[in-house]
Amino acid sequence: MSIILNNISKHFGNFSALKDINLEIPEGELVALLGPSGCGKTTLLRIIAGLERPDTGQVLLKGEDKTYQDIRERGVGFVFQHYALFRHMSVFENIAFGLRVKPRNKRPSEAEIQKKVHALLELVQLDWLQNRYPDQLSGGQRQRIALARALAVEPEVLLLDEPFGALDASVRKDLRQWLRHLHENLNVTSIFVTHDQEEAMEVASRVVVFNHGVIEQQGSPSEIYDNPANEFVSRFIGDTNIIPLEHHNADWLALSGLSIATNANTANEVHVRPHDLEITKSNNDNAATATLKDWQHLGALIRIELAKKGVNGTPDIIYAEMPNEQFKRLQLGKGDKVELRIRHAHWFDAA
Amino acid sequence: MNKTNILPGFKPALGFTLLYLGLVVLIPLSTLLFKTLQPDSLLTWQGYIDIISNERVLAAFRVSFLAALLAAAIALVLGFVIAWTLVRYSLPAKRFFDAIIDLPFALPTAVAGIVLASLYAPNGLIGQPLTGLGFKVAFTPAGIVVALIFIGLPFVVRTIEPVLQEIDASMEEAALLMGASRWQIFQRIIFPNVFPAALTGFAMAFARGVGEYGSVIFIAGNLPYISEIVPLLIITKLEQYDYAGATALALTMLLVSFFLLLTINLVQMLLRRRAEIPETLVPVVAV
Repeated sequence: MSIILNNISKHFGNFSALKDINLEIPEGELVALLGPSGCGKTTLLRIIAGLERPDTGQVLLKGEDKTYQDIRERGVGFVFQHYALFRHMSVFENIAFGLRVKPRNKRPSEAEIQKKVHALLELVQLDWLQNRYPDQLSGGQRQRIALARALAVEPEVLLLDEPFGALDASVRKDLRQWLRHLHENLNVTSIFVTHDQEEAMEVASRVVVFNHGVIEQQGSPSEIYDNPANEFVSRFIGDTNIIPLEHHNADWLALSGLSIATNANTANEVHVRPHDLEITKSNNDNAATATLKDWQHLGALIRIELAKKGVNGTPDIIYAEMPNEQFKRLQLGKGDKVELRIRHAHWFDAA
Repeated sequence: MNKTNILPGFKPALGFTLLYLGLVVLIPLSTLLFKTLQPDSLLTWQGYIDIISNERVLAAFRVSFLAALLAAAIALVLGFVIAWTLVRYSLPAKRFFDAIIDLPFALPTAVAGIVLASLYAPNGLIGQPLTGLGFKVAFTPAGIVVALIFIGLPFVVRTIEPVLQEIDASMEEAALLMGASRWQIFQRIIFPNVFPAALTGFAMAFARGVGEYGSVIFIAGNLPYISEIVPLLIITKLEQYDYAGATALALTMLLVSFFLLLTINLVQMLLRRRAEIPETLVPVVAV
């Protein structure tokens, strides 16, 4: 089911949570709403679910205006950050809940409920836990049960509010993969909210970046990473070195291979991804130089901490990243002088 | 394995508990029992049966327990609504309302009785319009129920309130999103979570109501067979130096109350066991 949001605005007192949001989500996509906390992403999710009413604007599901329709008739499945499992019911009864509360004429028979719940338990690979209570489950298990429960009523849209936010790092990693595979199998239009850019990039086919109640950019993960629309997106997605275009930096940038004259019409900031910085050992004082301060192992990559000359002699720290092997070949030590070349940079006019 | 305890260990704690339970509760109550059962006691088995099976006494027992049960049931409903309002809505002067709820705890019960009696009297502020409608509250069993609701309400509110506070509102949202109606949400989500606490509040309000004396005697009218409560009958017997009769009534009251409370506690235990983690299950570690 496709989702179209037209001019959605929402205020809480004086605080403007969403400002004139327009968004179209095609059927079958897995979309991430990404942004820092307080940016309005959860509010938007709750508006789509019907748990909040927008001040203005429309929510269209499958082309029908559902802005003021009863929550129960929207066909929306919702997964909460803190699971919201019914703690006085067993896992089985939690999943069966949506089927048992159907009006009598639509309610499936007990045998059908049994069959359906077991099918869902198998889908989330937790059939052996059916008689447990939520308190007896780990966080990852609870979230998978919550997902099975949301799927029981066969929703046409699945909404997930920070689904992995309360889980520890390794569990989160497993569940991300699992969610993506699940989505491939079910192909139900899904939206999940997250503040973790890595999670959004890894799971979603499409990422919508939010900040202060407006959409900053939307697109595929690679579009957003490679061509950030503005300074906020560039800062928020991935790591980047931010170099203000002040006089002392201008020369340095020119020496490192960036032509300021052609780029700096309105820009006042240059963003350089750590992996776009090329390093060579140097004795040349004229080139754009820096001193190697320290480095850290990030697994396959090495993160190199470089100090370059800043204002009033205090050093500016910039980061470069390169594969492990390449770094070994350079045979660099702490305090060595290195020459920098910038392969690629983004220019922004930061407020 | 030695567990770290914050309070001094098990033995002194248990000793302390038993000592004070004994001094404050058990010794006075068992004295009542022993006094009655002494061979030289004024009360014989036949005498006991005679006293208890007296029509007026039986009527008083009926009034006492039925009024307490009814009042506790009404206080339960009212108390739930009040607790719900206090927890779920942001009211102006919430603190003020909160303090008012505890007032019956602090007020001398006789004062409450006098105030209620004058309010509900046929010429009183509330009594007058009620009389116009054909209801008589003061000086009837209904008056007893009113007084006991007043006394029992804070017990219900104070036991339900913390449990309601703890209920995760997203459970209700989840139920709503799965298509449950408001009634189904109350019946299947809110009620099962609140029920144990509600039962405790009910039991406390009931127990307090059965023994209540001060507030009731002013509003009840104390007509034998109609609105006379057992505690009043005990006082009457004491004033007539009928110690055996007073003891017999007191003992019976003690036993009936004890069994009612025990039953409520058993129900609660069963409920809790149903939701409890079976100890044989090992905690689950895997994802």
